[in-house]
Amino acid sequence: MISPFTLTTAALFVILLALIMVPLLSRSQRLLIVSVFSLTAVASLLTLTAGIWTVWDGITESYIILLGLPDLPFHMRLDPLSGFFLTVIGALGFMVSVYSIGYVKGFIGHRPVTSLAVFYSLFLAGMFMVILADDAFFFLISWEVMAAASYFLVMFEDEKTENRRAAFLYLVVAHIGAIAILLSFGLMAGSATGFEGFNGYTFDAMRHATFPPHWAAVAFFLAFFGFAAKAGVIPLHVWLPEAHPVAPSNVSALMSGIMLKTAIYGIVRVTFDLIRDFPWWWGAVVLIFGLASALLGILYALQQQDLKKLLAYSSVENIGIILIGIGLSMTFAAFHNPVLSALALTAGLYHTLNHAMFKGLLFMGAGAVLHATHERNMEETGGLIHRMPWTSALFLIGCLSISALPPFNGFVSEWLTFQAFLLSTALPSTLLNLLIPLGAALLALAAALAAMCFVKAFGVTFLGQWRGHHRPHIHEVDWSMRTGMGMAALACLCLGIFPTVMINWMDAVSVMLVRGKLAESAGAFGWLWLTPISHERASYSGPIVLLGIVGVVSLVFLLLHARRRTIHRGPLWDCGFEKITPRMQYTATAFSMPIRRVLGFLFHVRERQEAKRHLVHKAFIERLRYSLRVRDHLWDWLYQPVADISFWVARRVGRLQQGRIQVYLIYSFATIILLLVLLR
Amino acid sequence: MPISFAAQLNSVLAALILLTAFGLLAQRRIYGLLHLFAWQGLFLSISTAVVGYAAGQHHLYISSILTLALKVIVLPYILHVLIIRLKIQKEVETLVNIPATMLMGIALVIFSYHLTSPIRELSTLVTRSTIAVALATVMLGLLMMITRKHAVTQIIGFLAMENGLFFAATSATYGMPLVVELGVALDILIAAFIFGIFFFHIRTTFDSLDVEQMARLKEED
Repeated sequence: MISPFTLTTAALFVILLALIMVPLLSRSQRLLIVSVFSLTAVASLLTLTAGIWTVWDGITESYIILLGLPDLPFHMRLDPLSGFFLTVIGALGFMVSVYSIGYVKGFIGHRPVTSLAVFYSLFLAGMFMVILADDAFFFLISWEVMAAASYFLVMFEDEKTENRRAAFLYLVVAHIGAIAILLSFGLMAGSATGFEGFNGYTFDAMRHATFPPHWAAVAFFLAFFGFAAKAGVIPLHVWLPEAHPVAPSNVSALMSGIMLKTAIYGIVRVTFDLIRDFPWWWGAVVLIFGLASALLGILYALQQQDLKKLLAYSSVENIGIILIGIGLSMTFAAFHNPVLSALALTAGLYHTLNHAMFKGLLFMGAGAVLHATHERNMEETGGLIHRMPWTSALFLIGCLSISALPPFNGFVSEWLTFQAFLLSTALPSTLLNLLIPLGAALLALAAALAAMCFVKAFGVTFLGQWRGHHRPHIHEVDWSMRTGMGMAALACLCLGIFPTVMINWMDAVSVMLVRGKLAESAGAFGWLWLTPISHERASYSGPIVLLGIVGVVSLVFLLLHARRRTIHRGPLWDCGFEKITPRMQYTATAFSMPIRRVLGFLFHVRERQEAKRHLVHKAFIERLRYSLRVRDHLWDWLYQPVADISFWVARRVGRLQQGRIQVYLIYSFATIILLLVLLR
Repeated sequence: MPISFAAQLNSVLAALILLTAFGLLAQRRIYGLLHLFAWQGLFLSISTAVVGYAAGQHHLYISSILTLALKVIVLPYILHVLIIRLKIQKEVETLVNIPATMLMGIALVIFSYHLTSPIRELSTLVTRSTIAVALATVMLGLLMMITRKHAVTQIIGFLAMENGLFFAATSATYGMPLVVELGVALDILIAAFIFGIFFFHIRTTFDSLDVEQMARLKEED
């Protein structure tokens, strides 16, 4: 009998099959790539189906798996929330797996890809299991599988120091986060059934527990800290712009697109499902962290010259936007306003899905650029639109979506978030009524900066002319990579045009978590119009906007091309300076200059100019050298002191280590004697 | 043989075991250490057999025979071969001078008696008076490991500690289950082999078996 649960189990078995096949096929790398990534694509597709099905039918079923320690079996559960996240993971997992078939082939001849195939499969399986887990034990095991597999994926090209450093930083932050999550689950389990037994480790026990308010706050903030470390919320984001760029691009797409989302899942699960009853200020704290991440994330992104690093910082921004939705939803829920809470939660979750799609697309696009040019630095690329028309068009769709321009999907979710912001006047607290609109202003600023950031990303990389010193042979990428990106682009468009259908589908999640129904008011005017609360306040129609845009564009195109002679191609006017070279184009550094001037105090900017003057006269400059380094202050303010203190403590403790066996024996001897004396 | 006689015999053997433990602390020559260790094993083996007889625990006879075979014959033989192979028959250096070590040992014995006094009051076993001796033997073994510099003497100290533990097991609870004892015996045997291999490696690396030399392994900062 086919049910969502059998589909997900089947997906896990398919991944297991892929893992078994790896050693058999490691001789023939080409075959290995095709078979393993096809199998993970199949597994993702199964999960996608199961996820859509679960949410559609609003199924809530739990299962006990006879694995794990004696008396501590694993629990799994499918409910609308896990179904939604399975959909996100399955969808992007499928696209990226298809893309990987072509992308990973690029490594053949340079290095063996067996480890990449193994850890990719494990990574995907870990994420599926995190979503399915219904007890703290299984959740943490899956969480660690995911973290360890992604560590090895970041380490894939391990001959570079940069990669090893990034992977280590990632591992450290991931484990500090994991400890916080473990403590939080421990507290909740202890409050549920007491600290004597282990019975509280199931989520079901926590769900039925009542927590004392202080301990609930401690548990929540521990969990929030742990998940925020994984999600890259500022100030815990430092690992993210290091680890994402150095991982292979298909892995970056997965990490940025869905691994960060498992942390969002964790926050939603712990808050709305396990703790359930919370004061409004928790939501305010989440909102503030969300706003800080959104604004600072995009400002840092604007300063990047490395395409993948830019995308990584932009992930910080988008995680911020998602947290804004969740924080607002928590605030509304604490004031018992289920409809608005459902609106904000839907906005946050919708943005989760959207971000998975467009950030997956953009990372795949960056991977395609990397695959073709072997260049990550935007200052060394340019003009790729002529050589890689498909990639350029698809990347442009990603840029439009992430810049929140209609008719693509980013617009819908950010618009919904704004609606939630603007409806906050319904709250009974004056303080919040004053402060929340400020948040809306900050979000608007972040959205505008995001558009600027992606104008830069697309413009510098794809438009103009090639800037690099040497000109490699650039070619369009193969069918599988184009298919992967194409599916993501199509998803971006569809999610933007048919939001009403999506919200109708997602309603089960908000009904389950905040008991608020949005579908009736949102879809009151059929699939064509999206009216979040009522049509008098605000409405949006994706299809009509699309029709309008297509109409205007085709009209202009027809007008221009009806008379063949309107378009000329001629030499560029060079202002009288005859030697124009591609190096004179507008650069990425120059593009972000205004922001550096205005908001320079937020960064650690080190700018240097060296002029080598001509011998004849000092007015003639022979060569000018400009170097710029922009870092965020947080590293110096937050992380460096902690690192220094731990090294200092380690050196002190290191003095205990004398290197003489007798001294070590004296330590144990003294300990034994002391314990015997004390505990006699 | 009446029970009270067995208990007295056991006490005598315990005293002899303690004496050999002090002997190990005081002995300077490596062969002397080896002989004392073998004697300790012999007393332990006899004591185990006596306890087995007095308590009617027949599996203790097997432990006794195992002890005799391993600790009186096999292990001293292995160590003897090692000493000859490594040519280290000379006098053993101590870190702390011997009278001071002896004084520390006496303090430890008093401490052990003090420590086990509540157990002696509660226990009903014939062997209850020897628990303190067993504990003292363990501590003296550890003290020997601390005060000696030479790797072989440290191994002998370790094995003496194990003797003490074994003695504690028989005197406190009439011995561990046979399976455990067999496992421990096997562990000891394997440990001896591993030590042998390590000695050769240590000597090739440092040209000496003085564990002081290993301080060079410490990372400098």
